[in-house]
Amino acid sequence: MTGVWVYSTDFSLYGELLTKADELAEKLGAGTAALLIGRDVRENADSLARMADKVYLLDRPELGWFEAGVYAEIIYRLAQQHEPDLIIVDSSRRGKELSARLATKLKAGCIPDCLRLDVEQGRVVADRMVYGGRAISTQACKTPAVVAVAPHAFEEKKLEKAGELVEVDVDVPSPAVRLVETRTKEVSGAALEEAEIVIAGGRGIEKREDLKLLHELAEVLNGEVGCTRPLAEDRGWFTDWIGLSGHKIKPNLYIAVGISGAIQHVAGIRDAKIIVSINTDEEAPINQVSDYIINADLYEVVPALVDAIKRRLGR
Amino acid sequence: MPRVLVCIKHSLNVAELSVDRETGRVVTAGAPRKMSDFDRNAVEEALKLREAGWEAVVITVGDEEAKMALREALAMGVDSAYHITGDELKDLDTLATSYLLAKAAEKLKPDLILCGEASIDSFTGLVGPRIAEWLQIPHIAYVRSLKVEGAEVIAERSLEDRIEVVRAEMPALITVTREINEPRIPSIMAIMKASKKEIVRWSAGDLGVSTEELERLRAVGVLEVRAPTMKRKGVVIEGESVQEIVEKLVDALVQEGVLP
Repeated sequence: MTGVWVYSTDFSLYGELLTKADELAEKLGAGTAALLIGRDVRENADSLARMADKVYLLDRPELGWFEAGVYAEIIYRLAQQHEPDLIIVDSSRRGKELSARLATKLKAGCIPDCLRLDVEQGRVVADRMVYGGRAISTQACKTPAVVAVAPHAFEEKKLEKAGELVEVDVDVPSPAVRLVETRTKEVSGAALEEAEIVIAGGRGIEKREDLKLLHELAEVLNGEVGCTRPLAEDRGWFTDWIGLSGHKIKPNLYIAVGISGAIQHVAGIRDAKIIVSINTDEEAPINQVSDYIINADLYEVVPALVDAIKRRLGR
Repeated sequence: MPRVLVCIKHSLNVAELSVDRETGRVVTAGAPRKMSDFDRNAVEEALKLREAGWEAVVITVGDEEAKMALREALAMGVDSAYHITGDELKDLDTLATSYLLAKAAEKLKPDLILCGEASIDSFTGLVGPRIAEWLQIPHIAYVRSLKVEGAEVIAERSLEDRIEVVRAEMPALITVTREINEPRIPSIMAIMKASKKEIVRWSAGDLGVSTEELERLRAVGVLEVRAPTMKRKGVVIEGESVQEIVEKLVDALVQEGVLP
């Protein structure tokens, strides 16, 4: 048993991933290691050393752009030397591609989008959502294993370690895929996962300018606005969406406005504390997963709700 | 003639799954199935290449019924279909499935391999990149537009925070998102014609993969599948007027302690 490793494409997730890694490493009687790979990443080594028993650092100018194949090869070469039992990666699009390629190099199993993660009898056991959010599947994987963990699935605890910094010497392979052009997406949903209150629109919103209704409601509630996949993908009103393939959120209050509640969408709001649905269709599936249901025209309900909240909160 | 190979899955139709109320288990035996949605986008993209002079070939790993997905792809217009099947292939995980598909690709020698971003039922998104890794060819994930230029493929891929335009030499493997195209719906005539087309059957042995090798590649096993419990109150708020209804809702939300 040589350890549990963590690599994250998003630096802010190392805390929660290493907290989990530490818990599992203890059960395995092994240590943890954080992999810090990229360009100009050295400055982060100290903060990772407080969270892991070892920090493997590879800081190279040619690693400025993340290409999963290159990172998979680097981690694979390190894994051949040190033979970790489990490698934990973040479940972003980059992270998942990396986990698939790395696991294949290791001829290992891979479980993506883990919501729960444990080790039992030397096996890695994880829960993940399947069937478009209709079911939770508990899966077991022999070691070595690679898993990708959903963001914020685990709580971050303060780890007080004095990890050893190890500079690794690995040749950086040249990427098989070359970057031609990159542009930033207008990310509308980054705040959704942190928000206490989320107002989301679905196909019941007829016109783009009607989104202002949602924004007005979000403003009086100090919440964030999100949407279902069709509003983002088919109509292009948002860059990202809430659901199985998008943001999975856990606000205190989720207000679904004109949302029918396809299971893929519901999968993204399962952990909301209170769900309110505003929809003219009494048969809409969203009603079956809602705490409070208003079967009326959103164009009347939302403005009235804004006024009522303003009065109640004195705004 | 350049060749494009599309890997598809005959998935559970997740929109039509039912839950056994007594056990809380999702009923999968005999449940309706269909070609995974994103795979249909991959087939459509292959047909666009076919219109530019390519040969389009489709393949799946699965039981007898999985032929339905191949028939559908044939009806959409692909040239030929391959079915990797056999009793020893039950409950394979992505490691073994991708290995079989990679072995088949070695036989078929495609210039380009297309996969959907993930299957609609298990939604791992692993099989595509794993095939690329077995074959040691470039992989581009989450592609929303694609073009071929000489010996290279140029793709626009969609990450959470960025759009990246990248290029890679062929052969390459591309996984596509639903945004890439609108898959065509085959005509009744095409469906009838496709039902008569031959589907090539391959066993693991035909691909040079032994039973022992398949066993070694079984890494992940499913212990349990259950419906998540989501207990909600389900209170329908009614009233004489919209004003009355929203006041009642605000009362309830104050009670719940969820208003700021």
